[in-house]
Amino acid sequence: MQIIESGNVAAALGVKLSRAQVIAAYPITPQTPLTEKLSEIIEAGDMTAEYIPVESEHSALAICIAASSAGARSFTATSANGLLYMHEQLHWASGARLPIVMCVVNRGVGAPWTVWNDHQDSMSQRDTGWIQIYANDHQQIIDSVIKAFALAEEVMIPVMVCYDGYLLSHTYMPFDIPEATLTDSFLPPYRPAYCLDPDEPANLNTVTLSDVRTDINGVKAHGYMEIRHLLQQDMLASMDAIERVDSRFKNIFGRGGSPFIESYRSDDARFIAVGIGSLSYHLRDVVDDLRDEGISVGVMSMQLYRPFPYQAVAKALKDCQGVIVFEKALSYGYQGPVCSDIKSALYHYVGPEGSRPFVLNYILGLGGREILTKDLYEGLKLSCTTKPSSPDKPRWIGLKL
Amino acid sequence: MHTKTNILSLPEEELVYPGNRACAGCALGIAYRIGLKALGKNTIIVVPPSCLTVLQGLYPIAATKLPCLNVTFASTAAAATGLLGALKARNRKGINVVGWAGDGGTSDIGLQSLSGACERGDNFLFVCYDNEGYMNTGVQRSGTTPIGALTANTPIKGKLQRKKDVPAIMSAHRIPYVATCSAAYPLDLYDKIKKALTYEGVKYIHIHTPCPPGWGFEPRYAVKIGKLAVETGLYELYEVENSNVRLTGASEKLMEKRRLLPARDYFRAQGRFAILTDSQIEQQQQEVNARWEAYFNTTEDPDEDTPD
Repeated sequence: MQIIESGNVAAALGVKLSRAQVIAAYPITPQTPLTEKLSEIIEAGDMTAEYIPVESEHSALAICIAASSAGARSFTATSANGLLYMHEQLHWASGARLPIVMCVVNRGVGAPWTVWNDHQDSMSQRDTGWIQIYANDHQQIIDSVIKAFALAEEVMIPVMVCYDGYLLSHTYMPFDIPEATLTDSFLPPYRPAYCLDPDEPANLNTVTLSDVRTDINGVKAHGYMEIRHLLQQDMLASMDAIERVDSRFKNIFGRGGSPFIESYRSDDARFIAVGIGSLSYHLRDVVDDLRDEGISVGVMSMQLYRPFPYQAVAKALKDCQGVIVFEKALSYGYQGPVCSDIKSALYHYVGPEGSRPFVLNYILGLGGREILTKDLYEGLKLSCTTKPSSPDKPRWIGLKL
Repeated sequence: MHTKTNILSLPEEELVYPGNRACAGCALGIAYRIGLKALGKNTIIVVPPSCLTVLQGLYPIAATKLPCLNVTFASTAAAATGLLGALKARNRKGINVVGWAGDGGTSDIGLQSLSGACERGDNFLFVCYDNEGYMNTGVQRSGTTPIGALTANTPIKGKLQRKKDVPAIMSAHRIPYVATCSAAYPLDLYDKIKKALTYEGVKYIHIHTPCPPGWGFEPRYAVKIGKLAVETGLYELYEVENSNVRLTGASEKLMEKRRLLPARDYFRAQGRFAILTDSQIEQQQQEVNARWEAYFNTTEDPDEDTPD
């Protein structure tokens, strides 16, 4: 069924269709309409789930961690400082291998306070061992939430579904609500291999030594490093699972097919602009204009940021002349995190003349600073038409010092 | 009123394996062992970082025969709520959910999530074993370290502030049951846990838990020190049932007998109070006297009842 609703409602409907059993959330702008909608759906009796209104984001994820450890499908959502307040719990959830799904409604972080959109919140959590998916529109939000549960439960790694605050969370777009009977067949009830149970006692997340150790039967058990190595291996291997889940979803619902990156007018492009979320659609408009002027340029959006789809990224970019990465996040003291990762992915690919594509970085839109089409156009045109200087230093768009 | 449990009626089954990693003389070992007997097998325990994490053992060996979830320091109570949510969602009934934290994990870093759970009225038991400091990390002061105690980060002057009254904070949440216990009186602890489990909502039990290395006494004296705290009147055993406060067990007897041991006996038995001067001890004695005078006034003087 097609409806016109906000991005936050799209996410809430995805959670409803996923039949999450335990939902814990603490209000923070711009996530609030999502969790308000869920509490309304549950109070109205349209969904059977425990909705727990907690006193902090730290507790919200604590509840998801415990509920997931006890075998319930668990969901939370947050933004900005709320996500940062969860930081140690993010590591805990992935280290404990719990298939929690969380929506991150992207917002800039304080200080100073800002409530508006950028990507600093989720980007700064890239090393917590969570899978990070970014949605570009409302359809991708609802579909990604449903796919995220299937993925998380297959690989036992928690998943963040990230989307732009306001630009997507509070805007209204038409999107299709999948049929519940079909989502039920796509996403069967959660059946963990083990969950906390007095009939089968186990001690979870016990202190684990540096070295391996045998159990009481003399069987070797992993040390801390083995457990962490397996998370890394499974995280990398999850790219196969992401493709499988995406293709299974496409077979049922007819949508998807590009779980790692989405390319626009890129097949023959000499230059490729990279963006995440709604910015990638904004860049498409700019690319259309530049194409009209005869500049060979396309757009690549990152749909998946962790695990980093380095092979897909390298394949999409290695043969072009220049890559221009537009980012709403910054690793202070260097450059945008996506820019660094793209460079890293391209390192092994050297062209026939010993050259690689140049990679330029633009920082923009921090704290909701308006991104003007004119500025994107000028920045991208300049990058495609002049030889880049000091490419490691990010340039800023829209700055008014 | 429950019938009082005695050593003969205590369940024989042990839910903590012997030979765990607690220090010699650790009073938590007593409280945990007897506490789990009261809780029984149909229980899930939530444990934040604490001496109990150490007692539980190192992966892949565990000292507890119950399912146990280790969680981050601040999140014990919230995790207990999460377990309840999952058990309800999965239609599993009759399982006790218990948070078992130290004094730091309760009175300091864990207080916010505990207060939130109280306000929501979630149905679990929260046990705080109070060894009056961050003992697992090497004896640093906590909110419940008593005034005057030397710790690793109050090494010269001793702690300058009073002990935080966590049971009073919990009572202020109007939860149905709050009780104080001592590891030196394990049967009283057993009965209070049993009683706590009959209530719906957050139940809170605070256990005074002597710590030989942290408090500076020989391991064999843990029970003796625990009893001294009660018999000097410095630590009261009481229950708050639906907001009605009542001294219980050894403290109730003390009130009836109207005879406290000198506070000095408790302080001078422990290395951590080595810098307390006689006048500081006297000042604490005055405070104990004033507090107990109020208790005495609620009962009849047994000496006056005695016919000549």
